[in-house]
Amino acid sequence: MVATEKFIGQPVPRKEDPDLLTGQARYIDNFSVPGMAWMSMVRPPYVHATIDSIDTAAAAAMPGVIGVFTGDDLGIGALPFVWPITEDIKVPVHYPLATDKVRFAGDAVAEALAETREQAEDAAEAVVVRATALPAVTDMREAMKDETIVHDDLGTNVVVHWIHGGGGDQSVFDSAPVIVEETYDQPRLIPNPMETRGCLAYGVPAMDEWTLVSATQIPHIVKVTLCGVVGIAESKFRVIAPDVGGGFGSKLNVYAEEATALALAKRTGRPVKWIETRAENYVATIHGRGVSHDCTLAGTEDGKILGLKFVEIADMGAYYQLLTPGIPELGGWVYMGPYAPDAYWYEFRGIVTNCTPTDAYRGAGRPEATYVLERVVDAFARRIGKDPADVRRMNFHPPFEEAVTSIMGLNVDSGNYEPLLDKALELSGYEQLRKEQQARRDRGDTKQLGIGLSTYIEMCGLAPSNILGALRYAAGGWDGATIECLPSGEVILKTGTSPTGQGHETSWSQIVADGLGVDPGAVEVLHGDTMITPLGMDTYGSRSLSVGGVAIHFAMEKVKEKARAIAAHELEVSEDDLEWADNAYRVKGAPDKARTIPDLAVSAWHAHDLPAGVEPHLNATAVYDPPNFTWPAGAHICVVEVDTETGHTDIVKYVAVDDCGTIINPMIVEGQVHGGVAQGVAEALYEEAIYDDTGNLLTSSMTQYLVPTAVEIPTMITDNSQMTPSTTNPLGVKGIGEAGTIAAPPAVVNAVIDAVSHLGVTGIGKPASPERVWRAIQDAKGGAA
Amino acid sequence: MTHVSVTVNGEPREADVEARTLLVYFVRETLGLTGTNVGCDTSTCGTCTILVDGESVKSCTMLAAQADGREITTIEGLADGDELHPLQDAFHRNHGLQCGYCTPGMILAAASFLKETPSPTEGEVREALEGNLCRCTGYQNIVKSILDAAGSMSGAKA
Repeated sequence: MVATEKFIGQPVPRKEDPDLLTGQARYIDNFSVPGMAWMSMVRPPYVHATIDSIDTAAAAAMPGVIGVFTGDDLGIGALPFVWPITEDIKVPVHYPLATDKVRFAGDAVAEALAETREQAEDAAEAVVVRATALPAVTDMREAMKDETIVHDDLGTNVVVHWIHGGGGDQSVFDSAPVIVEETYDQPRLIPNPMETRGCLAYGVPAMDEWTLVSATQIPHIVKVTLCGVVGIAESKFRVIAPDVGGGFGSKLNVYAEEATALALAKRTGRPVKWIETRAENYVATIHGRGVSHDCTLAGTEDGKILGLKFVEIADMGAYYQLLTPGIPELGGWVYMGPYAPDAYWYEFRGIVTNCTPTDAYRGAGRPEATYVLERVVDAFARRIGKDPADVRRMNFHPPFEEAVTSIMGLNVDSGNYEPLLDKALELSGYEQLRKEQQARRDRGDTKQLGIGLSTYIEMCGLAPSNILGALRYAAGGWDGATIECLPSGEVILKTGTSPTGQGHETSWSQIVADGLGVDPGAVEVLHGDTMITPLGMDTYGSRSLSVGGVAIHFAMEKVKEKARAIAAHELEVSEDDLEWADNAYRVKGAPDKARTIPDLAVSAWHAHDLPAGVEPHLNATAVYDPPNFTWPAGAHICVVEVDTETGHTDIVKYVAVDDCGTIINPMIVEGQVHGGVAQGVAEALYEEAIYDDTGNLLTSSMTQYLVPTAVEIPTMITDNSQMTPSTTNPLGVKGIGEAGTIAAPPAVVNAVIDAVSHLGVTGIGKPASPERVWRAIQDAKGGAA
Repeated sequence: MTHVSVTVNGEPREADVEARTLLVYFVRETLGLTGTNVGCDTSTCGTCTILVDGESVKSCTMLAAQADGREITTIEGLADGDELHPLQDAFHRNHGLQCGYCTPGMILAAASFLKETPSPTEGEVREALEGNLCRCTGYQNIVKSILDAAGSMSGAKA
């Protein structure tokens, strides 16, 4: 028997590319419909102020202006917040347009609707907002003093306290031979997809049917949450995510502009389009990170980690967006990393400030956790004078192929951590690097070598619905897939995932091709339209493959069960006499007697002779609720040269070894690692949202906020050859979308510190800018003097 | 209003536009060539890069009026019928794009660069892309694509 051609595991070039390469992409700003009007938002004059009056008269009289609207004019509901993580969480009400008080720079107070983009912008500029400025609080620790209250009705800025608590004997944090205590700050980051947000709302008023086309990662969640806000029947509301130019979590949300564009379309009957400017994107789209941790590592002199304890404060921003306080909580399950401590503790407090709301940014809680864990493990290694690779090695959880319950209370599906570190050490040339480092130290070179390690686990595949329920999240974590085998031989796959550049059309086609024995080119993948693919929970949290992709597997099983019955009937044998081989159901011992899926699709379509009880049409739907998360792991090593006179860092080598389980398309996996590592490098060395004392964002454009270019980002050495299959799902897949942003920041910062640790430097914050590095060196020198 | 007359992808086009109209909006909205994307408002990101008289230009840094009488190439004009330009083909084969939003600007910046530097080193490619931001790829496969295209383009000439 000829082996079935396998597409899974092959670097199949992407189906998505031709349109994107030739200027035929369908990004939101390329949409234009007859009668379309433009919306422009009026942002507030101060970041924290009471609104005295909003004068729209002059703006409304300008050429082309259809109307200018305040929150009182629109009268729509508050924006959705779906993750009240504790019973006593304080929840600020968040209206799409502020009416009484503004609380952050993106907090819009009105919006102009006009015939053209320019007329709308001109009109928004002409709205006169009179407001009385209040003191602004942008620093979490200041906010915790409650001297300036962001939400008067809440009475405090400390709005939530979530305690994971711990496992094991907590006394080790007092009694262990070695106690390492460190505090790490992680500044706010601005996600910066190359495409900003934007949307187009239109409808058929006579039918009360409405459509929102939005640059979003979550069309299904937008649909279910916005219908109530705007007052549309869910059954008459369609949300479409077209081609989306990157998201990274920033489009995993439901925003004021989506709600108000819909409201204006309903009110005026006109299609309403809004495109965010980059300046708006920096203040009105969510930020990531913005946390600080007090860390305690309890250990022994010879390097055993006995306990890990983390107490965090997290900047929520001025309101909760969709998930805000759930982000630190998500990190709360990975603070033990790949290690096996005897004791564990994690808790965090959420603080409101006059800054842009925070929410999921690539990794969402897990990069924050991994950064502090890997920093404190390095600090421990320095304290006891051991190689950081050795300390990690002796603390790894032993290999396991069946799920084990970790000390933080969830089941980890499978893992084998030490070979990942070994591979990374080998690819980096670790021993030689350490010799080179010592030689440079001995010579007192101005360019010192630093080697930084990061070994991590992730929690992906969000999420088992019962666990989400236990964590007080409002929705489930399942996803859907529908397969329709057409009589022409085409196979339609309707997936609930909604990509923003991850290549789902290609990878999902590979899965279907192998499962149904067809060519990937015969598979048409439909996504991102709630009318065409109603069963979905969208794309975030490295869930698309390990939830949505697994749903495809189960839908194919159903299709094949039906196909097998028809094949047995046509071949006049019992189903037990058939086997699936070489892309067809074949009679055992007589392989030429066979029916392919396209054959059976024709039979099922004309339905002239179907077995009793089998319905016409070869199709099936599966909705898959994962029984567990998936747990990828890896080891990254970053090698830097630090100029001790200027503080400048160059990355000279970067090695990423990631075990993401079974791989569908290695080319796409490698691309995900590249992009994630680049964002992690950016976080480690360049990017930081900085506010002044009055609450203005100083890094308010791409000229001040340093998104790195091709010059700063190193060439990476990647290895994904270790594929420990997940025991959570039958495909064995785990996920790779966030590995880079989780692993890279500590690897890079640890490398920078390692480069200058012999000068007495014990810590450098993120981003490790030349100024921070230079100051750390000067401080260490001063301390020694 | 200002009258602007240009040759775009080989075809003469003209229109009356507001004097303040940026070239990128003239291309996208007046001419309807939406393959050129907009990524920022500070001329930082390079997403809107097109060719003006064969040289790469961030089309948000020019007024439409300044392009009067000049020859413009956008991403729509790069392929030869159904045959992709070597850069487009190399980006496809080397996974040089993910979301695709920066891609037209990257490819046109690279086209201009390879005309001046037909056999670049990796470092030269990285320097040449300094004005074009990508948030998905970490640049690695973009650089690989451009080096690959340089090889096939110089091979084609030989």
